[in-house]
Amino acid sequence: MGTYLLRRLIGTIPVMVLISLLVFLLIQAAPGDPTLMLLGEDSTQEDIDQATKRWGLDQPIYVQYVKFFMSAVQGDFGRSFKYDEPVLDVIINRIPATLELASASVIIAVIFAIPLGVWAAAKPNSWVDNTGTTFGLFGISMPSFWFGIMLILLFAGILNILPSAGRDTYGISGEPITGFYILDSALQGNWAGVRDGAEHVFLPALALGSNMLGILMRVTRSSVLEVMHEEYVTTARAKGLVERRVLWRHVVSNALIPVITVVGLELGTLLSGSIIVETVFSWPGSGSLLVTALNARDHPLVTGLVLVYTAAFVAINFLIDVLYAIIDPRIRY
Amino acid sequence: MGQPGAGTTRRGGQWWRPWMRTKVYMGGSIVVIFAIVGALGPYVAPYDPNHQSLETMLQAPQWFWGAHFLGTDNLGRDILSRIIFGARVSLLIAFAVVFISGFVGVILGATSGYFGGNIDFTIQKFVEVVWAFPPLLLALSIMAFLGQGLGNLILALVAQRWIQYCRVTRGQSLSLKAREFVISAKSLGASDAQIIARHIIPNLIQVSLVIGTFAMASSIISEASLSFLGLGVPPEIPTWGTMLADGRIYISTAWWLALFPGLSIFVTVLGINLLGDALRDVLDPRLKRAGTYI
Repeated sequence: MGTYLLRRLIGTIPVMVLISLLVFLLIQAAPGDPTLMLLGEDSTQEDIDQATKRWGLDQPIYVQYVKFFMSAVQGDFGRSFKYDEPVLDVIINRIPATLELASASVIIAVIFAIPLGVWAAAKPNSWVDNTGTTFGLFGISMPSFWFGIMLILLFAGILNILPSAGRDTYGISGEPITGFYILDSALQGNWAGVRDGAEHVFLPALALGSNMLGILMRVTRSSVLEVMHEEYVTTARAKGLVERRVLWRHVVSNALIPVITVVGLELGTLLSGSIIVETVFSWPGSGSLLVTALNARDHPLVTGLVLVYTAAFVAINFLIDVLYAIIDPRIRY
Repeated sequence: MGQPGAGTTRRGGQWWRPWMRTKVYMGGSIVVIFAIVGALGPYVAPYDPNHQSLETMLQAPQWFWGAHFLGTDNLGRDILSRIIFGARVSLLIAFAVVFISGFVGVILGATSGYFGGNIDFTIQKFVEVVWAFPPLLLALSIMAFLGQGLGNLILALVAQRWIQYCRVTRGQSLSLKAREFVISAKSLGASDAQIIARHIIPNLIQVSLVIGTFAMASSIISEASLSFLGLGVPPEIPTWGTMLADGRIYISTAWWLALFPGLSIFVTVLGINLLGDALRDVLDPRLKRAGTYI
């Protein structure tokens, strides 16, 4: 397995190189003169010539790409136009918020999806199954950002019991340690902070997780149904085990393998879903940062975020493969 | 695949299972209604979707008792008319995206599987790179760097969507090329291009149809997402996504601005997914395991 993982790890290098090339070409294809954009419309020809030379824009395109690639590898994506700080610093500040939201979404999705899926599969074609499957389909068909807006309307607007924007009520959370507000508050014994953080994260996490919830429910259901027909399940029943024990001990533990893979695969969708859900809930994460950067035409920041997001996605896919090899002993490479 | 007669009789009974029938009827009627409304657009819409009026600003839905069935938006534009025109735009874009993605994906997939070797390696490397982008992010980058516009929007949505077709059809054509009818066509002197066009691709139509249905659903959502972020079609064209973006701002005072366009997206996508589910179960149950529905 070690050699397989090593081969797989090395395989991601050319992919990342080609991704950076694709992003670089996209930037090149962007209409408008980058020097003009940076210097302003009223710059003189002399200024432009100087800047072109200084930034190496007069050099052949492959030289420019090599420069771009070498600095990207070192984490140098340039300075953000909007924040006037190194791009990487701006991004790193926003990452904990996104991770906190994403973890909360996964937790919500898993907590609801797995029991529902198992329940539906245990009684195929019953009302439980039909209702569950229908709701699963709803989750898949619902645009998460619209669901988010509707949640705001219901819980913040009409019922007025949950906050509709941001990560915390100002001044409630203590000093940041890890950047995860809920965790930080818990570490400092600040229970009001934990509660406040949880209240803030609930709606966006539900909106972001609804899609994953639907998919996971369906995958769990079909996976459990499939395992139900395995011979060892018949054996378990034949030796007189109670149905509940057969279901949870023998069926579910084996049926969860594909479910875990789907959780991993869906993390990527969650990552891009966060871009739009964070915008809806004014969640100060890297997703809403991307939207801000797009609107401000902050190209270095957009480039940095796209590369960071893609690298994260590639890393997630690699980790799923590792996890898959660990949890399923039947898989040998 | 390949011999439709053998497959359909065996699964014939499934078609009439009640739940399946419901799926087909519900999904089908939703899609047909939206398609007809979208196609008739200007004839059924009560108002010009871009007609602004200060006097009718932010009116709540009046149902059958007033002039504006679903109310008006912040610029006094009729929401029902905008939803009808939005259906037209969304469905046309989704259709174009699915068609182009299918065309590119099936041809590349068939070529990749049929020839193998270096051609296969190159195409699959490309697939791997494009697929390495998180969903939506590549589309976002394309729109961000190349700018707004219908052409760029379709390009952005096609950018990753052809891959699903390419992957599945590649696998299928790998096995198809070893089948007798391909070998006999070859021995009769057919060229590679002829074999791909006449013998491989026709056998990939069924599976592409299933992928296409789900691609249609995801295109509608992606288009709405991009428009919502202001990166879709130019603002003067009404789409469900841009309507939602306006609606989000007025959510605390005028709920109808966000409710109806979102509901339209949801119901359309649900209808397409229901159809897709049924189509997949009938045409190719094996796809269920390939995870195409995701």
